[in-house]
This record gives sequence, C-alpha cells and structure tokens, in this order.
Amino acid sequence: MTRIHDMGGRFGDGPVPREADETRVFAIGWHARALALTVAAGALGKWNIDASRHGRERLPPADYARLSYYEKWLAGLAKMLVERGIATAEEIAAGRSPAPAPDDLTEKCLVAARVVPALRSGGPSARSSTAAPAFAIGSRVRTRPIAENETVAGGHTRLPAYAAGRPGTVVLRHGAHVFPDRNAHFHGEAPRHLYTISFAASDLWQHAESAGDEVRLDLWESYLVPE
Amino acid sequence: MPHDHHDDNPHSLLPSEPALRVKALETILAEKGLVDPAALDAIIDLYAHEIGPQIGASLVAKAWVDDGFRAGLLADANTVITQLGHGGRQGEHVVVVENSPDTHNMVVCTLCSCYPWPLLGIPPGWYKSDAYHARAVREPRAVLAEFGVTLADGMDEAALAALVTRDSMIGTGLPRAPGAST
Repeated sequence: MTRIHDMGGRFGDGPVPREADETRVFAIGWHARALALTVAAGALGKWNIDASRHGRERLPPADYARLSYYEKWLAGLAKMLVERGIATAEEIAAGRSPAPAPDDLTEKCLVAARVVPALRSGGPSARSSTAAPAFAIGSRVRTRPIAENETVAGGHTRLPAYAAGRPGTVVLRHGAHVFPDRNAHFHGEAPRHLYTISFAASDLWQHAESAGDEVRLDLWESYLVPE
Repeated sequence: MPHDHHDDNPHSLLPSEPALRVKALETILAEKGLVDPAALDAIIDLYAHEIGPQIGASLVAKAWVDDGFRAGLLADANTVITQLGHGGRQGEHVVVVENSPDTHNMVVCTLCSCYPWPLLGIPPGWYKSDAYHARAVREPRAVLAEFGVTLADGMDEAALAALVTRDSMIGTGLPRAPGAST
C-alpha cells in the first residue's frame, strides 16, 4: 500500500455513516465554499486534477485520518498554493496577501460569467494516440505486483493496492487517456491506453463475500501484463 | 494541532476552525486577484440548484420509454449526454451500465471520490466516507444491506415467497421490493 488514501478492502471501518437529511447538497455552509474555492483555484491552471489528488494523498497519515473530507480539500489547496508558488507560507499564516499576483496569472481568474462554460467543458482526459492498444476485449491480463508509481517513490498511482498482482479480464477499451502517474508530478501527460478490467471477487479477497461477484476497475495499460 | 511541519503542510498554519480556514484562503486569493467571490457564489448556486440527480433521473426515465435512446446511452453515453446539453467537470468520460435480473451495479471510488457530477451533482457525505471507500469493494452486499437493499440472488425460495403478496397475484398490486420493510 502506497499511502493512507488507498483504503479499498480495509477492515475495521464500521457502518457507512448516514445523515438525517441526505437531500442537502452541502451539509454545512463552509463545505460549499471549500468546494467552490478549490474549483476556482484549479482554473488558474497551475496544477492539474491528478496533482491536486496527489496533494491530498500526501497529507500526513494522522492528518488525513483526522480531517473531514472538505478539510482535506482545504489542506490540499493550501499545499498546492505554496508548492506552485501562488502564496507563501507567511501569507497562509496571516490569512492575507499584501500584493496582487502577476498579470499573467490574474488574467486567468475565473470570473462569474465564465463559471458555467468552464464547468460545462470540464477537463477531458482522452488523447489521440498512434499506438495500438496492447490488449483486446476478452484478453486475460494481470496487474503489476506492486501498486506504486513506477518512477516516483511515494508518487501518485491509480492502481489500488488491493488489485495489485491480480488476474483479470479486459471488458472495455477507452482509448488513450492522460496518465495520472506522470501528470500528477508535472512530468507530462504521457497518454496511454485505458481499459476496464473485471476481477472476480475470489481473485481479490481471501474471504470473498460472494464468489460470483466482480469488481471492475479502469486501469492504464502500463499497469497490466499479459496473463 | 501539531506545528512541526509547516513547510510541507501549510494547512497547519491555518486557523483551527474550518470555516475560518476557508475564509483565510479565499481572502488571500481574492486579494491577489486570483479568485472572484461572485464566481464562488455562481459555482455554489450551480451545484445547489441546477446540477443534481434530477439530471441523471431524466436520462434513466428517457431510456425506460425509448429503446433507441437506451441503446445509444449504453453504446456511447458521452455523445448522448453532450447532445442533451449535459456533461463537463467530473463527468467528461461516462460509461452507462444497466442493472438486470442477474446484475446489480454499484459505484465506488476507493482512491478519492470520483463521481459523475454533471449527472448526479455533488456526492453525498457517505459516498466520500472511509467506510464506504473501504468496504464497498470487499463486502458490497453488507454495505447494500445497510441501505436496506437485498439482492434477489441471495434469497432462498421462502424469502422470495415473502415478497409475493396476494394482491400482486390478483394483479391489483406489485410484489414487495427485496429488502423493503414489510
């Protein structure tokens, strides 16, 4: 297991917490503000979604476990602002900024009129690729034995630890997509083919709840070898 | 709160009250000219009032009454969703799957909280909880049971018979749903 966020299959969490009123979009006012602020700051283009996910994953495990969901977003945002040179630690501590940002950054500020079109276009990850996909639908494959980033120690990856080193079957091919393991570290998009792989529950768990059940995961080609 | 890792973890420099943490970060970015508070209001308004599960529900209903639409949605959801004016952030690439008498689908992201925002809106708190992330892949049926859902393939004949009401056999009623309280 690479980091604390990779908790699929973990024991001991107890019942799934429910809320009295689950029709409310935001349980608390500041949750909405934290989400909106994170979305708006992302529009500055100083990081990508993979980097922001990795920013949260890199929080100290004790903090990750202690902080609520949107508190993790705020902690990740503060980290990205400092790491990407937008704000200093002193500014974070003061809660104020003495001067405007450079013009080339302020011109990227998401203004209210641009909110709907920006969210409507989103950030597609599909990319054209001249490489032929290595696997066909129905191919038997096996995941890499270690669920870690191949080039960066402790780096971002989308192969969950519970699915490392397991056999599965290709059920969908999605074409080439931005590779998070590289993109999260600003090492380029390095697009590669993305597949949906089906795993039998009995191949994932020592004590499968129901042997006929399956788990399907979207996995990049470099996570897979022929079985 | 520990204050021994400021450089790597600037969140430890923020106020302890979460609402004040948001305020501090918003103030910094607004003073730098990098965030427009009115844009934050617009984002919140969009997800509070415009984009939510009613959009996904309209697509499901349309698939129920229109076989051609259903086939298109299953074959290439992105094209269909875009044509209807939906799609975008956190729903750029969508695959639609359908339940059947022998297949029940359940969505989880164990690594973060990926969710089709343009179709379902902002995910509920439980979807983002550690317990759901940890358990949905290992013991999905136990999780479903907490939601009052029992899948018919796990039921014996006696349990199935308990779903069949007199009125359902006359035709003036429908069978009870598995897991529904009687």
